[in-house]
Amino acid sequence: MLSHLDDLASRALQHVGLTLVALLFGFAISFGLAVVAVRHRTTYGPIIGISDLLYVIPSLAFFAALIPITGISFLTVEIPLVLYTLLILVRNLADGFDAVPSEVLEAADGMGYSRRERLRRIEIPLAVPFAMAGLRLACISTIGLVTVSAVLGDRFGGFGFFILEGYSRSFPTEIYFGALPSILLALAADTLLIRIQRRLTPWSRRASAGGPEEPRWT
Amino acid sequence: MDLISETAAYLANPAHWQGANGIPARLLEHVELSAASLLIAIGLALPIGLWIGHTGRYTGVAVNVANLGRALPSFAVITIVLPVTAALDPIAGFYVYPTLVAMVILAVPPILVNAYAGIAAVDRDLVEVARGMGMRDRQILFGVEIPSAIGFIVTGMRSAAVQIIATATLGAIVGFGGLGRFLVDGIAQRDTGKIWTGVLMVALLAVTAELLFAGARRAITGSHVRHP
Repeated sequence: MLSHLDDLASRALQHVGLTLVALLFGFAISFGLAVVAVRHRTTYGPIIGISDLLYVIPSLAFFAALIPITGISFLTVEIPLVLYTLLILVRNLADGFDAVPSEVLEAADGMGYSRRERLRRIEIPLAVPFAMAGLRLACISTIGLVTVSAVLGDRFGGFGFFILEGYSRSFPTEIYFGALPSILLALAADTLLIRIQRRLTPWSRRASAGGPEEPRWT
Repeated sequence: MDLISETAAYLANPAHWQGANGIPARLLEHVELSAASLLIAIGLALPIGLWIGHTGRYTGVAVNVANLGRALPSFAVITIVLPVTAALDPIAGFYVYPTLVAMVILAVPPILVNAYAGIAAVDRDLVEVARGMGMRDRQILFGVEIPSAIGFIVTGMRSAAVQIIATATLGAIVGFGGLGRFLVDGIAQRDTGKIWTGVLMVALLAVTAELLFAGARRAITGSHVRHP
């Protein structure tokens, strides 16, 4: 039992690590793309369109499709994870920047802010609720996707490793040993992000009602 | 590139188009499971979403249920359900139900949230006018609110359908057929052509569903409802 707890801890660490790497890179790339999409209107359609296209590629297919190209490696796991976060984050960030009222931007310009200052002090803070709503969805979905990466072999998968091993041994207890922690991790991460969001945007009360995340489905 | 030639070779082999493991049979299995889970999810989520949107009650519950549904990773759900359904029915409980249940759970949030948000977004003045004209609740819901919100509602179903089609492939890890078989078996056999055949078929099916729903939305909103 103790050795199982050891395994559980190392898989937990792996699960969190794979998720964090994906979210960090995904957020950085999405941020850049969203700024470009909002600044240069003509790029908005193609940027959102291409990130929406990822939607139709199943995660299992994505992992599988990369094997001939990147082998069974860290990259094979992370490339799909990062790209799937773009699907959610680019749109949310772009919508967030878009939602900043133009009078506010004009006021900032009138006060003599440079573009960079305006982005840093006005646009980014006002886009935080959107960004956090996107981050919550991206985080939950990434935690789920990490379990799927177990199909790439026992070096990956986080808690998904137990699910797959439990299945192949027809041992339900081990399946639960993987499935339940991955659900708990998703719920815990979501709760943590809600807390952070409330800290960052004390003026926003919508945060608790799930935030402006509906745009994903419109 | 060999990836392309291997995929072309796989697709060109007539043996891959026949029998229970053939592309048409797997495609059909995939479509059947996707359609069944979408219909069940619509049956569960649509009435509840409409009711919540109409009455404005329990909106917090709706948001929480949707968030919880999203927090459940489909693969974990499939494997959690599996031992239970397998005990109930040794055949279908093993191969079909786990994936079906997970897909229903996956599809409920977008349908529920969009139905509720669509109805809630209907201009309240319009609803008051309808009430002033003596329309009953049921008439307001079916005559005013649903027609105004139909675009939203269909979009929720579209997004649910595409997510189901893409995610149902996970069922193949635990023995369900469908297009996921090409992916799982392709990985196990290191068969690039097989993997990419699966990828292509799933993408094609998802895009088809997307276009069908977009077309349906246009047909419905174009002929009956004029939005400002």
